[in-house]
Amino acid sequence: MQEIEKNQKKPLIVAFCCNWCSYAGADLAGSSRLSYPAEVKIIKVPCSCRVNPIFILKAFQRGADGVILCGCHPGDCHYSEGNYRTRRRMGLLFSMLNYFGIEKERTRIEWVSAAEGAKFSAVMNDFAKTINELGENRRLEDLRCKD
Amino acid sequence: MHRIGVFVCHCGSNIAATVDVERVSNALAHEPGVVHSVNYQYMCSENGQQLIKNAIKEHNLSGIVVCSCSPRMHEATFRKTAEAAGLNPYMVEIANIREQCSWIHKDVEEATEKAIVLARTAVAKLTLNKPLVAGETGVTKRALVIGGGIAGIQAALDIADAGYEVDIVEKNPTIGGRMAQLDKTFPTLDCSACILTPKMVDCAQHEKINIYSYSEVDKVKGFVGNFKVTIKKKARYVDETKCTGCGVCMTNCPSKKGLNSFNMDLNTRPAIYIPFAQAIPNVAVIDPEQCIKLKSGKCGLCSMKCGANAIDYKQQDSFVEREYGAIVVATGFKPISLENFNEYGYADNKDVITSLELERLMNAAGPSKGTLVRPSDGEHPHVITFIQCVGSRDVSGCGKPYCSKICCMYTAKHAMLIREKYPDTQVNVFYIDVRTPGKNYDEFYRRAVEQYGVNYIKGMVGKVYNENGKLMVQGSNLIDNEQVTIASDLVVLATAIEPDPSVKDLATKLTISIDTNNFLTEAHAKLKPVECATAGVYLAGVCQGPKDIPETVAQASAAASKVIGLLAKDKLKGNPCVAHANEMTCTGCSQCAEVCPYGAITYENKEFRIGGGKTEKRRVASVNPAVCQGCGACTVTCPSGAMDLHGFSSAQILKEVEAICKR
Amino acid sequence: MNNDMQLKSLIEMSATDVRKCMKCGKCSGRCPAFKEMDIKPHQFVTLLGQGKVEKLLASKAIWNCLSCLACVERCPRGVAPANVIEAVRTTVARMQGGDGITAEEIPAEVNEMIPQQLLVSAFRKYKK
Repeated sequence: MQEIEKNQKKPLIVAFCCNWCSYAGADLAGSSRLSYPAEVKIIKVPCSCRVNPIFILKAFQRGADGVILCGCHPGDCHYSEGNYRTRRRMGLLFSMLNYFGIEKERTRIEWVSAAEGAKFSAVMNDFAKTINELGENRRLEDLRCKD
Repeated sequence: MHRIGVFVCHCGSNIAATVDVERVSNALAHEPGVVHSVNYQYMCSENGQQLIKNAIKEHNLSGIVVCSCSPRMHEATFRKTAEAAGLNPYMVEIANIREQCSWIHKDVEEATEKAIVLARTAVAKLTLNKPLVAGETGVTKRALVIGGGIAGIQAALDIADAGYEVDIVEKNPTIGGRMAQLDKTFPTLDCSACILTPKMVDCAQHEKINIYSYSEVDKVKGFVGNFKVTIKKKARYVDETKCTGCGVCMTNCPSKKGLNSFNMDLNTRPAIYIPFAQAIPNVAVIDPEQCIKLKSGKCGLCSMKCGANAIDYKQQDSFVEREYGAIVVATGFKPISLENFNEYGYADNKDVITSLELERLMNAAGPSKGTLVRPSDGEHPHVITFIQCVGSRDVSGCGKPYCSKICCMYTAKHAMLIREKYPDTQVNVFYIDVRTPGKNYDEFYRRAVEQYGVNYIKGMVGKVYNENGKLMVQGSNLIDNEQVTIASDLVVLATAIEPDPSVKDLATKLTISIDTNNFLTEAHAKLKPVECATAGVYLAGVCQGPKDIPETVAQASAAASKVIGLLAKDKLKGNPCVAHANEMTCTGCSQCAEVCPYGAITYENKEFRIGGGKTEKRRVASVNPAVCQGCGACTVTCPSGAMDLHGFSSAQILKEVEAICKR
Repeated sequence: MNNDMQLKSLIEMSATDVRKCMKCGKCSGRCPAFKEMDIKPHQFVTLLGQGKVEKLLASKAIWNCLSCLACVERCPRGVAPANVIEAVRTTVARMQGGDGITAEEIPAEVNEMIPQQLLVSAFRKYKK
C-alpha cells in the first residue's frame, strides 16, 4: 500500500503571479527562507488581469492538478484596476469549472502584497495541502492532448 | 533556428548548496534549441558577465537564459550584458532558481528537479521571444498649469525658473484663487495679499509664463511629452491688449446690482469690473448677465468713457490649440453648499455666515473695509460663536465623510484676530476635536485659548434659531454634560471644503481617476503623491486632498520638480512590453478601449485588400505605445484574440504552462 | 437574563452601530428633553458601547425622551441614539410586565394628528 503511494505522481501546481505585488511577495518568501512545496511553479505576468481563463484551462488540460492566481490586494493594483477585472473574470471561470469536470477547489485566487512573504508561503502551503488531499486531477485525463 | 545559451549561476553557495548546478546545466544542454549550457560561480560578477558576452559571440547565440536570482534583482544587469554583446536585450529570460527554489527547499534532489523545470520553462518562453525596441518620443518643452491659485502659481514659477515655458489656464478673470480672498494666514498671521500678490506679479512679469485668464481647458489629446490642448478663452468683451485697468468703466457703469463673487456675494459690483485691485491681469471683464448693453443693446457708457478704446461688445469665445510636454492640475476647492444643514439657519439668517465670508468681512479691501460688522444691520457683534466641522466628518449623506483639515486652524485664527482687534467681544468655539498637527500649529491654537481667552466648548451645535434679534446657539457642552444656549450676534460656520466642481469634467478629459469625494487620485498614496496614474499629469493643491497653504506650496513645488525632470529629457524611452492589435483579426468592437485604464487605445479606419483586387475599409484598434503601460487587461478582454502583449504574449505564457506541466 | 445576554439583546434591538459615534454631542445639543434627562442622549450611545447595561436599565430618562428623533436626524455619523433609548425602554417595559396603555384608550380624534412613533413610544411609557 505504502509502495503505491510512493509511486504516485507528485501533484503539479501552476501559480500565476503579478509582477508588482505577488511575484515580489514570492521573492520575499524566498529571501525570508519561508518554504513551500516544490510542486508550486510560478509564472510571472505583468498584472493578474493578464491571465486569460484559457491559460488556466490549458494548464488543467496539460495535467496540472491545481492553478492559483495571485495579484495585488484590491485597491492596490499597479495598474489601478486590473485586479478588479481579474476578480470578476475568475469568479465567472471558477463558477464554470464543475461543468468542465474540475473540482472548484483546484483553483484559487489570492491577494498577496510585496510585503507578504509569510502570507505567500502560507497560501502556497495551504493550497498544496488542498491539492494533495484532492489527489491527482484524473477527471480531465480524457480531455488531455496526448501530443 | 534558435541558438540558445543557458547560464546557471551558483550564487556562491546560495544556489549551489541546494541545487546541483552541474546537473542543471547538463540537463538543459539537451533541450531543443539550446546550443550552449554552462554554470559559473557568480554570473552577475564582472567575470560572469564577460563569460556570457564571450559565449554570445562565440556561439552566435540568438537568446540567453540565466538561471540565477529573481529577475527583479538582475534582469536589468543581464539585459545590459546581452546588449553589450550585440544581442537584443529582450532576448534574455531569467529562471529564478534562488528565491523560488534553492532558498525555500532543503532537499537537493527536489530542488534540482525544480530548477531544471524552471530553466526549461524559461527556455520554452525564450523560443517565442522577439527582439523588442523601446519606442522613443520627443518632448514638447512647455508645461500647462490648470488653475491659477497659489498651487498653480507656485508650480508655474518653479517650472519657469528652471527655464521652461509655462501656460497657466485660470477660469476666473484673475489668478490668485482662494488665497487672494483670505485676510490673514496661519500660523504667522501675515497678510495673505502681502505674500500672494508679489507672486502673482512675478507670474505676470516672467518671460516664460503666459497666463490664459478667464479661460478653460476644452479638449486634451495626446500623451506624456506630447499633449495637444485646446483652450477656450471666454469672451470678456474687453480687449486684453488695450485695457490699462484704469477703472473708469467701473465708476461709470450704471448697472451696479451684480453680486460680487470675490466678496462671497456680500456686496455688489458693476457689470464691468476688475475682481480686485491687485488682479492679474489687471483687465476689466463684462458680466453679460448684468450688462445693459449686452442685454438690451442700449447703453454703451463704458465704451464711450474708455480712453484706451478697449471695450468690444462683439467679442466671442475663442479657441487656441497649444502643445505641452506635461500638465499640472491645480484646480483647488470651494466651500460646500449648506442646503442640507437647516439646523444652522444659514439660509434664514444673514448673520449666520461661512468662514470664507468672515475672511472677506475682516479684510481691509472687503465689503466693510475691514471693520467687523453684522451683515444684517452693520452693527458691531459682541458675542460671536464659531461652529466647527460643519459638513465635515459627516457620513449621514448630508456632508462630507472626510476631515477638511484647515478649519481648526483658521477658526483659531479668526477667534484670535477678533479678540485682538475687538477685546470687548466674547468668542465661543464649538468643536468636536481640535486637530492641529503641523509646525507651530498646536502652539497657535493654545495661544487662542490661553492668551486671547477664546472660549472653546467641546460639543456640537444642535440648532441655531433667531429669538428677538439674537441668534440662539444651542449645543452640548460634553465636558460639563450640559446643554447650553448662547445668545450670539454673529455665528460663523467652519464649512467643509470640496474639490472645485470643474475637476470632474477635467478628470475625464485627462483620463485621470477621481475618488468618491471628487478628489483626484495620485499614483501612489505614499511614494507617488504628486503623480497621476496617467503619465505626464501631476497634481498640486486641494484637488488631490484637503490641505493648507504650506502643504499646497510644498506639493506644487514637488509637482514642478517632476515636470522639470520630464521636460529636461529630449526623448522619452517607452516600455516596449506593450499591447498591440492584430489588424487581420481585430473586429473594431471597442471592448479593449473600454477596459484600458490609460486611454491608450484608439481606432482608425484602414483599407485592407480582400482578394480579387478589391479593398475593404475596416475599423481596427491601434495602441499608442507611449501611453500603454503593459498591464494586459485588453488582451484578455478582446473577444477575437487580436490583442496581444509584447514580452508576455499569449503564446509565450501558454508555452510556459506547457513546459511546467510536462512530466 | 444575565448581563451579557441583556447587552446582546440591547445591541440587537438598537440596530445601530454605536462604534460609529465620534462623540461630538450633536444629539444632546439638539435634544428638546435634555434638561429633564438623567442620562443624556449621547450617554446612551457611549454606555451601550461600554456595555453598562445596569446603568442603562436604571435610567429615568427613557420616560423623558419624546421620541422626536431629532438626535437621529442630526447625527453626522449615522448613529441612532433614539434607537438605543427605545431599546432600553422596551426592555424595561418588558421587565415590568404589560402595564402600558392600549390602543383603545387613545381618543379617536387625536389619532390623525399623532406621529406613529409617538404612539408607539406612548404605549411603552404610560401606565394604566
